[in-house]
Amino acid sequence: MTISLKPSNSPQEKLQPTGWLKYLSFSLDHKVIGLQYLVCGFLFYLIGGSLAAAIRVELISPLSDFMPREVYNQVLTLHGTIMIFLWIVPVVNGAFGNYLIPFYVGARDMAFPRLNAVAFWLIPPSGLMLITSYFINGAAQSGWTAYPPLSITTPAAGQIIWILSVLLLGGSSIFGGINFIATILKLRRPGLKLMQLPMYCWAMLGTSILVVLSTPVLAGTLILLSFDIVAHTGFFNPSLGGNVIVYQHLFWFYSHPAVYIMVLPAFGLVSEILPIHSRKPLFGYTTMVFSIMGIVVLGLVVWAHHMFTSGTPPWMRLFFTIATAFIAVPTGIKFFNWVATLWGGKISLNAAMLFSCGFIINFVLGGITGVALAQVPFDVHVHDTYFVVAHFHYIVYGGSVFVIFSSIYHWFPKFTGKMLNENLGRFHFIITFIGFNLCFAPQHWLGLNGMPRRVAEYDPQFQLINQISSLGALLMAISTLPFLWNIFQSILYGDDSGDNPWHALTPEWLTSSPPPVENWEGEAPLVLEPYGYGKKDSIETQEQIK
Amino acid sequence: MPKLSAILTLTSSLILGVGGVWIAYNVDMLPVSASMNAPVYDELYRVLFIIGCILFIGMTALVIYSLIQFRRKPGETGDGINLEGNISLEIFWTAVPAIVVLFVGLYSYDIYDRMGGMQPLMHDHGGQMDNQTERVWGGIGSGPIVSSSTKNSSSLPIELTAMQFAFIFHYPKENIISGELHVPVGREVSLKMESKDVIHAFWVPQFRLKQDVIPGQPTILNFTPTKAGNFPIVCAELCGPYHGGMRSNVIVDEQEDFDNWLKENSKESI
Repeated sequence: MTISLKPSNSPQEKLQPTGWLKYLSFSLDHKVIGLQYLVCGFLFYLIGGSLAAAIRVELISPLSDFMPREVYNQVLTLHGTIMIFLWIVPVVNGAFGNYLIPFYVGARDMAFPRLNAVAFWLIPPSGLMLITSYFINGAAQSGWTAYPPLSITTPAAGQIIWILSVLLLGGSSIFGGINFIATILKLRRPGLKLMQLPMYCWAMLGTSILVVLSTPVLAGTLILLSFDIVAHTGFFNPSLGGNVIVYQHLFWFYSHPAVYIMVLPAFGLVSEILPIHSRKPLFGYTTMVFSIMGIVVLGLVVWAHHMFTSGTPPWMRLFFTIATAFIAVPTGIKFFNWVATLWGGKISLNAAMLFSCGFIINFVLGGITGVALAQVPFDVHVHDTYFVVAHFHYIVYGGSVFVIFSSIYHWFPKFTGKMLNENLGRFHFIITFIGFNLCFAPQHWLGLNGMPRRVAEYDPQFQLINQISSLGALLMAISTLPFLWNIFQSILYGDDSGDNPWHALTPEWLTSSPPPVENWEGEAPLVLEPYGYGKKDSIETQEQIK
Repeated sequence: MPKLSAILTLTSSLILGVGGVWIAYNVDMLPVSASMNAPVYDELYRVLFIIGCILFIGMTALVIYSLIQFRRKPGETGDGINLEGNISLEIFWTAVPAIVVLFVGLYSYDIYDRMGGMQPLMHDHGGQMDNQTERVWGGIGSGPIVSSSTKNSSSLPIELTAMQFAFIFHYPKENIISGELHVPVGREVSLKMESKDVIHAFWVPQFRLKQDVIPGQPTILNFTPTKAGNFPIVCAELCGPYHGGMRSNVIVDEQEDFDNWLKENSKESI
């Protein structure tokens, strides 16, 4: 088994456009593809965020008076679908995975560069298709869960386009997953063992296993659903003898692991960021690895906790309660290990660190409400209410999106060779953190007291709390402005960052910023201790590696 | 010094524990409880709330303390301590959450059992359930919540048909059809539910009960109201454009008033 570590001057590389045009091309460079994912994902985040703003405006008053009811359901469906499939999943996996994984394993690119580019280029057309479906007879309006029979009885065009688009995005996700598994397992630099890899590699390995095992089930389910809509088959249509509960089992078999597909990579990214800015080794590397794999295994057998009110037999409810609650154990280990990583460090409280610590606090709250929701008797009251809305926004926004911002602040110098403005970054964090908590914390109360989710009109007694929540949403929208200003300002006029502004030991920093095509001018460095902070010789080691 | 830090740790844990309990008993976020299983629910809620408060405040305090205590002072260079792990600490914080989670799981199993979740379905639904081939799924509270006061009175069978965008209640014995649910205080109600079109959900927040109403698959929900009054029935499953407007009321009457209501309405329907 020999792997060539010399730069390969293949003709394709020479044909790639240079300059900013390369970001619009079918580039095979993993770094270009990573940034394509990131920028594309962020554009969809702005669209999904505008839809969220529309929802919060509608909910300022208890009447359905801002937009037609059908449009409201389309907006909430698109908001969920865009945020999950076009923003969080592609960015925490595709963007940072593509950019970082080849560096971490000491490779010059991903295992399958063409498959990688195909996986990215499936995303913009399917995203545009999804959004334009609004102008063709209306977008899908049965929620991102698309439960039949509602998804069979609502206008077919929008629902079919939704299915096609999610199928393409699922395909993109599977291509990416296969590529990550192959790269991490087969493209490691000789001499580098699995247990010496940075933690993000383990997170991506676990996530990719989940992607490859569960996404095909979603694809199969949606194809059957499209048969029910187009060919009037009766898989899930009760009036033709179908069973609507079967759809829910199949759907959640993917969509619960999808939560881990959104948060496990985020866990990995935080595990890279915390040690660098607190100048300490990652605490408990081995337990971190086992807890990731524990989450992967448990994550596959908990799906029916989304169905406690659907009509499931008692033994099944009990099994899924216990299994779900036990996910708290490996997750808890990770959180304690992160706090232990901070303990005794020399912490720089920059924007990257603030967002990571904000993530820890938000996610702990989301995790606690998650364990509560896993308890059948608790869930039957708050299932399908704003309590659940609050819970999963604490997981996916307070968790994953905070980590995405943290990662952008952390790796921006690597991407561009420029520093971001730290004060503007801290300002961005403060507004985001306050706005986020103001928006979602009160929703716990709304759910407990009787406000169901996905409604355009509600009991007038909930108006004040909804207005507070909408105010929080306004702050979240405003918080995007200093961030965007910071990015554009820094790309144009930012200070030079040098190659390694954080004095980090992980391999992506041991090359120039931004890195050259194929990552290193010479041979790839062999980094056996990516978290070797605090050793007397760590700085010298770093110099030697260079 | 180790002594001092041990005392400090112990004191702060104690304050945290007492504070968690205090918050859980003084911050009441639940609506009125109006059914027999609502107090049981509230008990579980309180226990979860205590554990949640302790964990959340504890973790937040640890993070904020670390950020302040271990921040880089101006002009300081160098790294933190080279500490890569601590096996006994890691075993400790694997074991403690495992025990807490196991306790919560077993406790909520007990609560579930007390709500009647584990009992087999009653098969005396107003004589409607003789057909044994019919599969009926029960929601939580599907089994009878037996107590000495309700032991002698049989349950009141009511049929619920949900459709876009209304709940229709049918009293089979008196042949009354109503858009609102009228039930007497203190008697168990057995609600047999089926949907005509898409999935809906029957939810009464004050009863702490919810069960999906599914097309092609009847479900049963049993409950015993304990408080007279007027409570909202809310559809909790996205069912179409007017989902938010799909609401009704459950009117819990004293037995006498309920009998009068039955009499009046059955006369009209004849």
